[in-house]
Amino acid sequence: MSQKTFTIKSKEGLHARPASALVKVAAGFSSEIFLHYGEKNVNLKSILGVMSLGVPAGGEITITATGSDEEVALQQLDAILTEQGLI
Amino acid sequence: MKIQGIAAASGISIAKIVKFEPATILEQTEIGTTEQELAKLTQAIEDSKIDLKQLEAQTAVRLGASEAEIFGAHLLVLQDPEYIGGIEALIQEGIGATQAIEAVQNQFVTLFLALDDEYMKERAADINDVSQRLMRKVTGTNESVSDYKEPTILVAHDLTPSDTAKLNAEFTHGFITEKGGKTSHSAIFARSLQIPAIVGATGIMSEVQSGDIAIMNGETGEIFINPTAEQLEHYKALRQVQLEKRQGLQALLHEKTVTKDGHHVELAANIGSLDDAKKALEQGADGVGLFRTEFLYLERDTAPTEQEQFEIYRDVLTVMGERPVVVRTLDIGGDKAIPYLNMPKEDNPFLGLRAIRLCFANEDLFRTQLRALLRASSYGNLKIMFPMISSIDEFRQAKQWLDEEKEVLFEQDVEVSDFEIGIMVEIPSAAILSPVFAMEVDFFSIGTNDLIQYTLAADRMNETISHLYEPFHPAIVALVKLVIDSAHAQGKWVGMCGEMAGDSAAIPLLVALGLDEFSMSAPSVLAARKQINILSKDALQEKLQQTLQQSTAEGIRAIWH
Repeated sequence: MSQKTFTIKSKEGLHARPASALVKVAAGFSSEIFLHYGEKNVNLKSILGVMSLGVPAGGEITITATGSDEEVALQQLDAILTEQGLI
Repeated sequence: MKIQGIAAASGISIAKIVKFEPATILEQTEIGTTEQELAKLTQAIEDSKIDLKQLEAQTAVRLGASEAEIFGAHLLVLQDPEYIGGIEALIQEGIGATQAIEAVQNQFVTLFLALDDEYMKERAADINDVSQRLMRKVTGTNESVSDYKEPTILVAHDLTPSDTAKLNAEFTHGFITEKGGKTSHSAIFARSLQIPAIVGATGIMSEVQSGDIAIMNGETGEIFINPTAEQLEHYKALRQVQLEKRQGLQALLHEKTVTKDGHHVELAANIGSLDDAKKALEQGADGVGLFRTEFLYLERDTAPTEQEQFEIYRDVLTVMGERPVVVRTLDIGGDKAIPYLNMPKEDNPFLGLRAIRLCFANEDLFRTQLRALLRASSYGNLKIMFPMISSIDEFRQAKQWLDEEKEVLFEQDVEVSDFEIGIMVEIPSAAILSPVFAMEVDFFSIGTNDLIQYTLAADRMNETISHLYEPFHPAIVALVKLVIDSAHAQGKWVGMCGEMAGDSAAIPLLVALGLDEFSMSAPSVLAARKQINILSKDALQEKLQQTLQQSTAEGIRAIWH
């Protein structure tokens, strides 16, 4: 399992549009990918799951990936978080 | 009776109420085997995807890409492993498909309503919308359609994006909903249709009947049901004041647009259909500066035939008479799904195979459109414009194909009249090379939406960087100036068909720069005419000189504020 922790800097938190971008990237990998926030964790391939977390600005999230492409997945998710101005 | 709601879109309307109640979804009486129920679900998902793609395309044309985005989000929900997986798991336990959908719907709605964020709470409506669509597909329930043919104020518990996309815009004079906030879809749609909207009108559905008369004031959120004579009189007068404010502009309907120092410009409209062309005339447009032909190609299984296209172009040209009509050839790319074009999925459709590039790759498709345009040329004042031109070769190639088709038509004794050929300047390379292009084209039309996006590398739909999308950026002003000066040096004219052309903050700057034609949404034409008729181009030259010395957008905005 690979994992990485990020702090959301975007003023609006993990909102609908960037969440969609994140989910679309995650859905492209075979690894199981989860998003942990506080005590909750959701499937990062689920848009409803990610949005229902309601991660606010300053929220600390951890992404874990388990599977054959876990490292590439984490790298790409890191890149999309940056590209979307989330971290 | 008075009901107080939350003001969501301004304006006053007085009209009959129609209560909008979504069709009750039929009960699923027969539950099949697990396999059968799963198959029903799969079919319902596929059918819903087709619907949503159509709604997305339709809404993009009617209201713009950002309004259409919601249906893209719905498509994503249909691919959500937790949502679909949850429904499938319940079906595996022996529950029927509709009950399973409803259970998972409720589970997610509860989750969203519990969030401490108004925007997220509103998204519960999206889950309901998608789930209802799936349940309708499973049970074969028809969608409710609002069928009314007189001015109406629509009262609903809540309106889903799918409901609003199907509304009769002509007769809908206002929305009132029990639920929803300022970011709800009915509010957003109301603002784009320029009609009043009130949300959060608790209890209204049980208090009113269809056919009741209502006064709604979109500034204050007040609703009067079956008002007294005094109330009617008061609000009719208020509405009159609003109308007169608009009608003050009506006096300018048949006027020319000329600055105080005698500099003449043309105010044209952006249109997408024959109806739009008629409205443009009613709203005082001097012509059509951008006829988007995309809509001819959307929502269908095969490309439009030459004859079909010819008839539409002919009708638009005929309606506009001597007034110029700039027709943009097909401008479409991988962000839109056109099944019959087999477009490959692209990572970056805005830098991909789109517009003229797609036309070159689909030669028959493009030549068909060119022939239809040539045949229509004798019916009015046609100008043909090619989109997404980045180098002179592309323009030459498009023009060559046009000439070849013209030859073919000549041989068939089809009448083809003279017309101008121009390009859309929306890629920075075309703007930079405008002195070269100006020697070969008849005109330019600056497409600022894309020119700004490509020059500043900023997607304005992306909230996180939308602040970088800046029409007053010195680089944009410099490019616009270069394009105008290059054209004028060769005796050619320049139009602009992006949003900047209708932006009252930008208009004086564009007049000072010498822009010849401003193409905007038709409702903006008269206000722009009023604004330009009191400007003096000469007097603005000093401000223009200061502008050209600025290094920041703030500096430029301060000058034209």
